[in-house]
Amino acid sequence: MNAASSPPDVPDAEFRVTFGDGAGGFGCRPDERVLLAMERQARTDIPVGCRGGGCGICRVQVVRGPYRTGPMSRRHITAEDAMEGYALACRLYVQGDLVLVRRPAPAASIPARVTT
Amino acid sequence: MAMTDVLRPGYLQVRVLDLEEAIVHYRDRIGLDLVEVAPDGRAYLKAYDEFDRHSIVLRQADESGLDVVAFKVSSEAALDALAGRLRNAGITTTTIPEGEQPGVGRRIRFRVPTGHQVELYATIALSDQGPMINNPDLWRTEPRGMRAIRFDHCLLHGQDIDGTAKIFTDILGFATSEVAVTPDGQPIAIFLSCGMKAHDIALVRHHEDGKLHHVSFLLESWSDIGHAADLIAQHNMSLDIGPTRHGATRGQTIYFFDPSGNRNEVFSGGYQFYPDNPTRTWTADQAGKAIFYYEKKLHETFLSVVT
Ligand code: FES
Ligand SMILES: [Fe+2]
Repeated sequence: MNAASSPPDVPDAEFRVTFGDGAGGFGCRPDERVLLAMERQARTDIPVGCRGGGCGICRVQVVRGPYRTGPMSRRHITAEDAMEGYALACRLYVQGDLVLVRRPAPAASIPARVTT
Repeated sequence: MAMTDVLRPGYLQVRVLDLEEAIVHYRDRIGLDLVEVAPDGRAYLKAYDEFDRHSIVLRQADESGLDVVAFKVSSEAALDALAGRLRNAGITTTTIPEGEQPGVGRRIRFRVPTGHQVELYATIALSDQGPMINNPDLWRTEPRGMRAIRFDHCLLHGQDIDGTAKIFTDILGFATSEVAVTPDGQPIAIFLSCGMKAHDIALVRHHEDGKLHHVSFLLESWSDIGHAADLIAQHNMSLDIGPTRHGATRGQTIYFFDPSGNRNEVFSGGYQFYPDNPTRTWTADQAGKAIFYYEKKLHETFLSVVT
């Protein structure tokens, strides 16, 4: 393939993920899950649990920007939620700069801590 | 060695979001053998050192978690007797006919107070790839991945763990090997054994019913736990914590997640339990040490992240 027909330098391009309340913000590659990009940069904007779309702890709402998602537990992201931009950050891929709001799943939001 | 009519945890049926990636995880990373993906769409797997046809069933669904945990009992007569005792205690049982899972006989299904479905069965086909019995070598072919020896136990979360434990102890004949209690004596974790293992099932109190905390597989040694940690790092698997050791049951352990977010454990060691052994008790202020003996504390998501 000659240089002239090469696609633009997409793999290295980073999009920005920021939060609606003005906090945080980190880079994310198009093929990277938002939660893993956050961990790679040692940030803690979103709580981390299973990283597989099962536990719901990383639930967010995309308020602006293009994205796609992988499989997520319906228990935490209903069909209606998905239409309103809710997603699990561990199954969320950026397709442009995103603005997110943290929305912990109702069922996952009460930590069952062992205390005295 | 089984000490009751319930021999051991026999199989689990786990829900996964993507069957193909789940098969890669359980077959190539944990090291189970894929018996078949049956026409019903479920994947059946077994560990290399298990005689029975399968011990893990993966069902693709739109939600992760546990469908059922099933225990193998000693005979069809014992199955009838246990079903009768369940019904006498006012527990509704349903019979799943032979063949609903390939190779598995009649099953008795019931729901425990924590919302989980439990099954008993006496009959399952032997695998033609089970351990050798004539001049046996260690294995037919060298184990893969983490080299899991068997599906060992699971830990379930729910509200009325006392009610669920009571069914296991009073009706199914399990003994309580360990318990963790609040200052007012309320159990927050209960470890139950039907044989000589430190636990065959464990229960933790949680605000939501029917949850799966982890599925556990036995490995041969502490060095195999290190090997598992190497594979988790190499394959960018989702690590939870470890390698470390439990105070409760004394197992050496590492926790991680399958691609659908169901927590897995591989462990080795732990003590041998006799049913006349006194129950070991942990107070809630020592819960960190009970669960992670070296760190002596729980990370915040260990008990709250479940499927
Ligand atoms: S971390 Fe569990 S669903 Fe994302
Ligand atoms: Fe365990």
